[in-house]
Amino acid sequence: MTLAVELAYWQQTILRVVLVLAAVLLPAGTFVYLFLFKMISFMQSRLGPMETGPHGSLQLLAEVGKSLQKEDIVPERADRKLFKLAPYLVVGTVLLVYIAVPFGPDAYFSNLDGAVFYALAVSSVSTIGVLIAGWASANKYALLGGLRAAGQLIAYELPLILAVVGVVIQAGTLNLQQIVTAQANGEIFGWGAIGNPFILTQVIGFLVFVIASQAELTQTPFDMPIAESELVTGYITEYTGLRFLLFFIGEFAAVGSLAAIAATLFLGGWYFPGLSLDAGYMNVVGPLILLAKITILGGIVFWVRFTYPRLREDQLQRFAWTVLIPVSLFNILVTMVLKVAF
Amino acid sequence: MTVTEAQQRAYVAGQAADARVNLEIESEGMTLNLGPQHPATHGTLRIVAKLDGEQVVSCEPVMGYMHRGYEKLTEVRTYPQITTLINRIDWLGSFTNEVPFILAAEQLMEIEAPPRAQWIRTILFELGRIANIILFLGDMGVQLGALTPVFYAFRDREYVLNQIEAVTGGRFHPNFDRIGGLKDDLPKGWIDDTKAVMNKVRDFCDLLEELLLGNEIFESRTRGIGVIPGEVALGYGLTGANLRASGVDYDLRRDAPVPMAWNEVDWKVWTHPDGDSFARYWVRLQETREAAKIVDQLCDDIPAGPIMAKVPRIIKVPAGEAWVATENPLGEMGYYIVSKGDLGPFRVKIKSASFNNISIVPWVTRGVYVPDVITILASLYFILGDIDR
Amino acid sequence: MPPEDKTADEEVTDQQVEATDEAAEAEGHAEQTAEGSGDVDEAAAGTVAETPAEPAEPADPTSPASEDELRVGLLESMKEALGESLVGAHILDGKDLWIRVTSDAWRQAAEAARTRLGCSSFTFLSAIDWLPSPYGRSETSPFDPPPDKEQAQEAGFAGGETRFQLFMRVQNPERGFGITIKADVADPDAGVETIIPVYAGANWHERETWEMYGITFVGHPHLVHIYLPGAFEGNPLRKDFPLLAREVKPWPGIVDVEPMPDDGDGDDAESEATEGEEVSA
Repeated sequence: MTLAVELAYWQQTILRVVLVLAAVLLPAGTFVYLFLFKMISFMQSRLGPMETGPHGSLQLLAEVGKSLQKEDIVPERADRKLFKLAPYLVVGTVLLVYIAVPFGPDAYFSNLDGAVFYALAVSSVSTIGVLIAGWASANKYALLGGLRAAGQLIAYELPLILAVVGVVIQAGTLNLQQIVTAQANGEIFGWGAIGNPFILTQVIGFLVFVIASQAELTQTPFDMPIAESELVTGYITEYTGLRFLLFFIGEFAAVGSLAAIAATLFLGGWYFPGLSLDAGYMNVVGPLILLAKITILGGIVFWVRFTYPRLREDQLQRFAWTVLIPVSLFNILVTMVLKVAF
Repeated sequence: MTVTEAQQRAYVAGQAADARVNLEIESEGMTLNLGPQHPATHGTLRIVAKLDGEQVVSCEPVMGYMHRGYEKLTEVRTYPQITTLINRIDWLGSFTNEVPFILAAEQLMEIEAPPRAQWIRTILFELGRIANIILFLGDMGVQLGALTPVFYAFRDREYVLNQIEAVTGGRFHPNFDRIGGLKDDLPKGWIDDTKAVMNKVRDFCDLLEELLLGNEIFESRTRGIGVIPGEVALGYGLTGANLRASGVDYDLRRDAPVPMAWNEVDWKVWTHPDGDSFARYWVRLQETREAAKIVDQLCDDIPAGPIMAKVPRIIKVPAGEAWVATENPLGEMGYYIVSKGDLGPFRVKIKSASFNNISIVPWVTRGVYVPDVITILASLYFILGDIDR
Repeated sequence: MPPEDKTADEEVTDQQVEATDEAAEAEGHAEQTAEGSGDVDEAAAGTVAETPAEPAEPADPTSPASEDELRVGLLESMKEALGESLVGAHILDGKDLWIRVTSDAWRQAAEAARTRLGCSSFTFLSAIDWLPSPYGRSETSPFDPPPDKEQAQEAGFAGGETRFQLFMRVQNPERGFGITIKADVADPDAGVETIIPVYAGANWHERETWEMYGITFVGHPHLVHIYLPGAFEGNPLRKDFPLLAREVKPWPGIVDVEPMPDDGDGDDAESEATEGEEVSA
């Protein structure tokens, strides 16, 4: 990270921590307000929160405040250490994913050469957090939810990764910054006006990625682990107060993180055709562009969430193994052939 | 180093504790309690499910959390007081609870309400049916995870409730039926408003047909789930849309006529051969449309006349026994009144539809998955007040 | 109940129960046109209750005179199946059919209804406690006369001798008729045989009847409480089980117990009228 001002390493670290928190919480907060409070309300022909702040914009603040002042309850038979650890595991991995995402030509937390690999690997650590939450709660509902989550999250890892492999083949690199550059500099049949966002050539991969990420985020139609009408809230049942808030924020931040990955891989990341690739102002405009793309993708995730009923666990698994994985494998095959051919 | 006795005891206890934990894990199946407080069930119904993984080994509903002792209460009340009480059995289509009771009392007194009262009773009855089933249509979506259609259901139900309130003064508990007729006549302009509301109801049915019935996930969650063959359904006493969805063509409005106005209008009984949860949803959707059609036709032609027959102010129903059942939104609801010529009945047996409908749950949930239990319960559709009385 | 009916009641026997019903109906219909209903008994057609029905020609309790061909046919069919076990019948023309069987033929009757009459739909099963309630209608005001403890126990349609009477209803979905089957239960603890093998839906109904009346069902797989908590003692729907809330304190809905100053002492009819009007308005 190159800055105009020379900072000592510890100062850079603090800056990085603050920025990553902002990077995580800003999309999360936007999603919560925009989609959870307003979009779903309008879809359900109601207004949503209107009292706290103008049009309810400070509702999230109120919810945070409410959760923070609640009693710290750990169920008697729960495994205390694991019970307390689980939310941090789930949220922490989201923070780690954001480290790999580039926000501008120089605005990144670290330019990893294996960024794609790293991001996908780290995002699957939250599965352990979910399992731990389900088991340590000493509650049958939570256990059922945790077990369902384990099966589901592991099953949908594969299509997620395979969908990305197509992009990697096409771009020829695992480095997210270079993937953005490849999309910016690419051409569609010789026409270079909008670059070559990989969504056009990797449309199958994009669809598979979006579906798989919907499942990775346990959103309806894949929200069996949290099936509200059956399991109360699944593996989150025993959590209250700050820990519940962490799960809640973590869910929306995770949407943001996977949306960020998807935006970078398929939609061109922080680049917008017509703007420069390495000017200084892109370090300010780039994050905003990326945020806009994240919002669009997150909107799709939530739109689908509030429309569809949920799939049963076995139907979910069948869908992953018999539909998504073969499709993504096919996508890889086609990409490989076309890459060699062209 | 020698071990103290206390340490030894602690060690043994620890081993035993481990053994107990192991035993629990290795024991067959887990008992899951769905309810009595639970987002899935419409009220305080407790389902004790013994699971083997995600499959149900046995599933037993436990009820009575809302048992109010209606049959005992009716023994100490007069007939008008009982009308107030029985509104609260099926509280969503509440006018429909009063009707069979009043009809049974009228059968004992050997009077019939004047035609105008019969027609208006039928209209209000069908409005109650629409109000009740609209909620079901949205609510089944919620049980399956589609959170949005239920809001549309509540919104469109408001229109129907407004109409009921305009006539009776009560949205949920009209308490409007009297022995011999109705309490009051229709207000001015009500008929036109009701026809407009029926258009909205039809729009709502179209919307839900698209949103839920046409949704592939909904279909895959409900088709083939909880199949109840017609014979079994009859043996268990299932009635209403549950029975018709199993292919049995039995509708009390047509087959066991009572002095109401259903035979004056043109309508159809919907059945479905499959007997699964999808069929039950489908049949109820069609029935809502049919009910809207009935109300439209009835509203065109209400005969003029008195709204109340000549009955004494203090009603003493003559001695005898009477059974009247009508096709309520939840199924067949009937009252068996034993009268001794008093101000109030000697015994009233309230046969509510949901009691029979839910008695089939242990049979139909053998071997299904936990999510399917929720689907089946949702599709059988019960109201706690109806089960528990 | 008005005193005239009492005299009539004390003079009739079980076989004349239908006559009494008719008489009581005639009494109660003083202000209305009585449309002819089907429960005509030769002895009491349209007569007022001064003369008790002639004991000279006792009507056959299992063959009520009726013009409802369908139901007469059904009754004949059931008589064929049950023979001597069918001990009472009643037909309401165009509306309904009641039969009474002995309690050991309870299950046979259910089977006959299912196979012979085609009544495959099970509606309900419950019981009636014919004992007049010793507590009266405990929601009357303290100014009402106390409940008559001398009231005789009498059964309803199709007769009945014992205090408890089981009754069930089944329906034929194809042809749209139904039949109510009753049976006297002499000893509730000995009970009757369960009809779960005939109608699977009877399971919960029998549990409820056992819980509310104490009638045992022999052969029931799981005869436990269905509505009440497991440790509940007593059988609530029995008439001698008090509605405790109204024993503990008087009914809060008592209206206008003080007479108006210029009306003198408001007579019973006046206060009853007020009561009736208040609650039905």
